[in-house]
Amino acid sequence: MQTVKSKHRTKKTTAVKKEWELRLYVAGLTPRAATALDNLKKICEEHVPGQYHIEVIDLLKHPQLVGGDQIIAVPTLVRKFPVPVRKIIGDLSNKERVLVGLDLRQRT
Amino acid sequence: MANQKSKIKALEKCPTGIGGLDEITNGGLPKGRPTLICGSAGCGKTLLAMEFIVRGITEYNEPGIFMAFEENADELAVNVASLGMNVKELVRQKKMAVDYVHIERSEVEETGEYDLEGLFVRLGSMIDGIGAKRVVLDSVEALFAGLPNEAILRAELRRLFRWLKTKGVTAIITGEKGEMTLTRHGLEEYVSDCVIFLDNRVINQVATRRLRIIKYRGSQHGTNEYPTLIDETGLSVLPISALGLIYPVSNARISTGIPRLDTMFGGKGYFRGTSVFISGTAGSGKSSVAAAFADSACSREEKCLYLSFEESPEQILRNMNSIGINLSKWTKKDLLRFRSVRPTLYGLETHLVSIHKLVDDFKPRVVVVDPITNLNAIGETDEIKAMMTRLIDFLKNNQITTIFTSLTGGGAASEQSEVGISSLMDTWLLLRNIETDGERNRLLYILKSRGMAHSNQVREFILSDNGIQLRNVYVGSGMVLTGSARLVQEAKDRSMELSDSQSSQRKQLELRQQQLAIDAQIASLKAQTEAINTEMKLIADNNRRKEAMIIQQKKEMSRLRNPD
Repeated sequence: MQTVKSKHRTKKTTAVKKEWELRLYVAGLTPRAATALDNLKKICEEHVPGQYHIEVIDLLKHPQLVGGDQIIAVPTLVRKFPVPVRKIIGDLSNKERVLVGLDLRQRT
Repeated sequence: MANQKSKIKALEKCPTGIGGLDEITNGGLPKGRPTLICGSAGCGKTLLAMEFIVRGITEYNEPGIFMAFEENADELAVNVASLGMNVKELVRQKKMAVDYVHIERSEVEETGEYDLEGLFVRLGSMIDGIGAKRVVLDSVEALFAGLPNEAILRAELRRLFRWLKTKGVTAIITGEKGEMTLTRHGLEEYVSDCVIFLDNRVINQVATRRLRIIKYRGSQHGTNEYPTLIDETGLSVLPISALGLIYPVSNARISTGIPRLDTMFGGKGYFRGTSVFISGTAGSGKSSVAAAFADSACSREEKCLYLSFEESPEQILRNMNSIGINLSKWTKKDLLRFRSVRPTLYGLETHLVSIHKLVDDFKPRVVVVDPITNLNAIGETDEIKAMMTRLIDFLKNNQITTIFTSLTGGGAASEQSEVGISSLMDTWLLLRNIETDGERNRLLYILKSRGMAHSNQVREFILSDNGIQLRNVYVGSGMVLTGSARLVQEAKDRSMELSDSQSSQRKQLELRQQQLAIDAQIASLKAQTEAINTEMKLIADNNRRKEAMIIQQKKEMSRLRNPD
């Protein structure tokens, strides 16, 4: 039941007209979560400035959302849009891998 | 004090509700700790884990969580539905939660440090959501395929298992068997309280499931490999080797179903609760003796279980009908149950387990196993002997009288059972075919019967329309004859006897006549002597008279001559 609700939520948020729909799952505001968010913002500003929307979800506050995107590791970045859905785990410190993961760079 | 101390230390157990597993673990899995279930593919890990959860709910009212990494919730529900577990209903009642954790390596890009807090949160919220006491992670090793950084994963798994302990849930972690290790990724390093190993071995093309407790910290446990069975009621483990020679004995006797055979056993038949072994060559009537026994048991309103390894129930019913044993009336009354399976259907252990289940379910007083020799197809003699020992122990413990038939191959020594189990048997009937004068005849004798007087005689064994009959064999004139030879000899003997008696009668008559003749002679001689006697008397009288007259005359004379 809860997962269905969260899907509704997902649809509402995608209504925001942004080309890049990103969701960052964290568990509590840990230093690693902060690092991940910083890294993500930097990369977005650099590559898709102004075309992105980041939603940070704290699993400790919303544990019911954990199933929807099959979150196991934190932090996990989920690119909801553009499709296909991409998942990037870790604190996003490896910029090259993040770009590959977001399909902003060709896999080598 | 010491007692109190041991009470405090004693490990609490969490019963699984799985038949037999709680017995060999002395009460169940360690409560509040994770247990590792490992084994190769298809050995029943998921099933055991699922049963642990479902039975936990239905039998012990402990809600449980099944976290699957390999199958999704629908697949799981369908898979276990065939075993009578209604997962969806339990989920609806909020007593069970099934979660499918799926991670695809191709979708995942790894960038820097992370942890598995997501999994913890997920599990934690489910545990708190339904108040779960039991958790299954099946199989957490799938994460190794999805997450590239093994170092992080290992550290996180270690943390996960510790965290599960702090949550106070009893957990089952399943793991696929590795090349050299118990699990492919060495989970046994982290889950070390209890490790159970499942195995599905194929020997001679027959698979047998086994279960073994490799370790169990802080508890006694059975150390053997125990055969397990997966059937429509789920998994069951049978601690059969735990039985010993401590079964009760009975002095009660039960009929063999063949009156003359009862007579051979001192007029009373077999001891109740013993094992009876009937060996013989092909077609010597083993099944018929067994069927007669089954028939007599049913007619006493005792339940009989007939385990057939080579004939279908219908065929047995028809065949036994032909010798006047009507078993179908007992099957209708459910006093007689058949179980006909080919031995090769599954392994020895599985046969044993299924017999156990049948016996526990049906509770027969009498069991027929016909024939045990067919088990040769699926096991070595040693294994069969081990299985039979356990089966006999089990049946004797339940005071069940059992007949085992055994086929003796042509050429093999008849006083040697094919599977070397004769020493386990209390009573041994030997059936033999002997071929003489162009016909085969059946012989029966009692090779041994522990604890009772029994006949040492060989009997001829006849299958007739009216059942089984035993006849004395012909043992006159220094010969042992059976069949028509016996009949011929008996007729010959009768005619001989007849002519003998006739001639003696004649002789008697002759002698009688002689006797009469002599008697007549004696009478006439007697008459002669009689006559002689009277003659002699007359002569003597005359003589006396003459002498008297002479004396008289002399006196007269002297008187006359001497007148002066």
